Amino acid sequence: MSRKKSDEIYRKSFSYHFFRWLRDEEDPYIGKVEMSVKKPHLEEVETIRERMSEKQMMMDRIYDLSNNRMLLRFRQVYKVLAILFCVTLLGVLIVNVSYLPPIGDPDNPADNEVPTRYIEQGLQETGAINIVSGMILDYRAFDTFGESNVLFIATITVLILLRIDSTLKKKDPKKYERETNDRKFEPKNDLILQGGARVLTPVILIWGACVILNGHLSPGGGFSGGAIIGAGLILYLNAFGFVKTERFFVEKTYKYVSFTALTFYCLAKSYSFFTGANHLESHIPKGEPGAILSAGLILPLDICVGFVVACTMYTFYCMFRKGDF
Amino acid sequence: MDFIRNFPFFSIMLSMFSGIVTSMLPKRAAKWLNAVMISVVSVLSLILMIYLNRTGGHFIYLMGHFPAPYGNEIRAGVLEAMMAAFFSVIMLLSVLGGHKKLDEEVDEDRHNLYYILVDMMLSSLLALVYTNDLFTAYVFVEINTISACGMIMIRRTGKTYVAAVRYMIMSLVGSGLLLLGISMLYDITGHLLMSDIKRQITLIAASGRYHVPLQVTITLICVGLAIKSALFPFHAWLPDAYGYSTISSAAILSSLVSKGYIFLLIKIIYRVVGYDAFYMTGILNVFFVFGLTGMITGSIRAIRENDIRRMIAYSSIAQVGYIYMGFGLANQIGMEASIFQILAHGATKSLLFIAAIGLTDVSGFSRKFADLTGAGYRNRIAGIGFLVGSLSMVGVPMFSGFISKLLFAEAGILSEGKAIPTLVVLAISVILNAIYFMKTCIRIYTPANYMYYASDNLQFRNELLYGITMIGFIAVNLILGCLSQPFLDMIHAGLGTFS
Repeated sequence: MSRKKSDEIYRKSFSYHFFRWLRDEEDPYIGKVEMSVKKPHLEEVETIRERMSEKQMMMDRIYDLSNNRMLLRFRQVYKVLAILFCVTLLGVLIVNVSYLPPIGDPDNPADNEVPTRYIEQGLQETGAINIVSGMILDYRAFDTFGESNVLFIATITVLILLRIDSTLKKKDPKKYERETNDRKFEPKNDLILQGGARVLTPVILIWGACVILNGHLSPGGGFSGGAIIGAGLILYLNAFGFVKTERFFVEKTYKYVSFTALTFYCLAKSYSFFTGANHLESHIPKGEPGAILSAGLILPLDICVGFVVACTMYTFYCMFRKGDF
Repeated sequence: MDFIRNFPFFSIMLSMFSGIVTSMLPKRAAKWLNAVMISVVSVLSLILMIYLNRTGGHFIYLMGHFPAPYGNEIRAGVLEAMMAAFFSVIMLLSVLGGHKKLDEEVDEDRHNLYYILVDMMLSSLLALVYTNDLFTAYVFVEINTISACGMIMIRRTGKTYVAAVRYMIMSLVGSGLLLLGISMLYDITGHLLMSDIKRQITLIAASGRYHVPLQVTITLICVGLAIKSALFPFHAWLPDAYGYSTISSAAILSSLVSKGYIFLLIKIIYRVVGYDAFYMTGILNVFFVFGLTGMITGSIRAIRENDIRRMIAYSSIAQVGYIYMGFGLANQIGMEASIFQILAHGATKSLLFIAAIGLTDVSGFSRKFADLTGAGYRNRIAGIGFLVGSLSMVGVPMFSGFISKLLFAEAGILSEGKAIPTLVVLAISVILNAIYFMKTCIRIYTPANYMYYASDNLQFRNELLYGITMIGFIAVNLILGCLSQPFLDMIHAGLGTFS
């Protein structure tokens, strides 16, 4: 029993457009996808003048090459020495490589008892099928803890350098305006990018989560999965602008997520180090190898590392983009 | 196992954990947590030092359930414990002495970020001191480098940005060379654990295989660490980084960060390569020449400087030169003198930086010598601190600098064929030190007929804290200078367990 739709409703439906496109009567892109002409970026005369004078001052006072013979000579000598140094270093290293043990030789010094034990007893001792995960998150977890703190401290340093001062809006509105003027073009509303991002972002995020959660079972883990999630978030941000992402990711989110992840990592591993060093029994079950809930602490630690990496990537992008979340 | 043996692990984890927690804290709480954490770490390290001094020897601490070549481990002997205690005490004093300046120079909403950097810096220094694994060392070298960059640029002026970029580039070149060296070392020995590498290197040296890679590797590691610790030809990043950053950062960078790398180098010399194999490469002679040149050039540049902070920074180059010269003398006593110089210079240089800021604050915030005239009367405790620091740098008895210079001279006489250059350069360097430090001391104690008025934000409480840190620094200096024998014994015993 079909009911005839009124013409008005029919014109709005998908099939109307689809069959018109099939009959070549309509092109969905015309008039919709083409980029509108951007308004030219108008800079205030004052800022231009300030920038020019800064540049001029730099040329005049710091690099006063016409009067500063020494600087001129230093620059020439510097170039020559730099090239010489690089060539020498390159030569030394190339010569050196030819003396190193050949790749793939079974008698190489690196093929000793350490990798053998990782390969032969790794599964039994850590419960992880992915030996690499077992290595970085169980055998050598202290190094990995240091490594995730490297990411943490790098984010802190970028925040110091690029975060726009929260008090600047009141203190110096003009400077605040100048530092934030790149936000006027947000969001770009590029249809192709938005369409792509709408399809890809969920897939990327789920894939990233999958790589993290299966870190102990298959190749992958916290670092790679976190990088995938971070890339997905950056893609989403590029397509839909900060208004959309600020709904779920602000500075507080970064703070809470990285704090929770690193605190858990620190406490869990401290427990493990303490029991290990004092020869106490660790009450963390290894589980059945191959199951998703197995390998003791490796899965939770992978999740922590993944969160830290994703937040770090996203925060870096936000800071370099506009100095704010 | 004694409970005390957990202390190195506790101190590393405590400092990292407080860095993580600080990210959630407001400014005041961050400040308190930082001070409490560093005090706890220093107390733990001091207890460990006393314990190890009594029992002797060293111990290995597993970081996890797996023994050494498979898992991570740290190692603590009396020398490591002494270094950890020294680093944390000096860091505590430097941070406390710079509180007031930090309030003035750093934006309100970045204070807790600064304390995160300080916490992470302490953890990385402790890990560099205690580590027994080259890759762990590299990971913490990274943390150290990044947080040092942040500490330089937290002041957010053009000069500190340039200094931070320069420091970052130079320091990353150093890290890169170190990493290249470590990976090649892994390639030819198959280990990352220090004692295992040393065992393999002994075999390699006996068999004559891999002679070239070993030489190149050791050179790369040494050059990398020399860049990071500002040995003479690689010192270009130093004056700006120390001269313009906020004062706690300058004190920490000059007395701790570069020393951490030097201590890592000592560990590599003794525990990774082995002293005899290292001696065969001839790098010690290069260190000797560069050290001597650095002692002279650093001092000459310091004399020509008209900015008190940059003058102290240039003096650091000369002092690092002393340390490398001690390596170059190639005997046990030279090495011990170098390690004592690490302590002496660390205690003195941070004192000088903190004292200098007290002097400039009462001279209209000017660092020019002309404005500093009579500053010692306007801020008495800073004046006394600067005087003590200068006397120690010049090498007057009773102060820490004297002991290290005495030891260097002794080591120079005992060395083979290096006695004349050592003694001559040492004498010249002492005279040059005296020229620029005594010039400053005379300047700050010359009565001036004009007065600067203290700014309004000088509060008694801040000044009290400043005075206490000054007294603490002076006490450390006098202890090192007057009661040096226990420290020398510990250095001797610690080096004995290294090989």
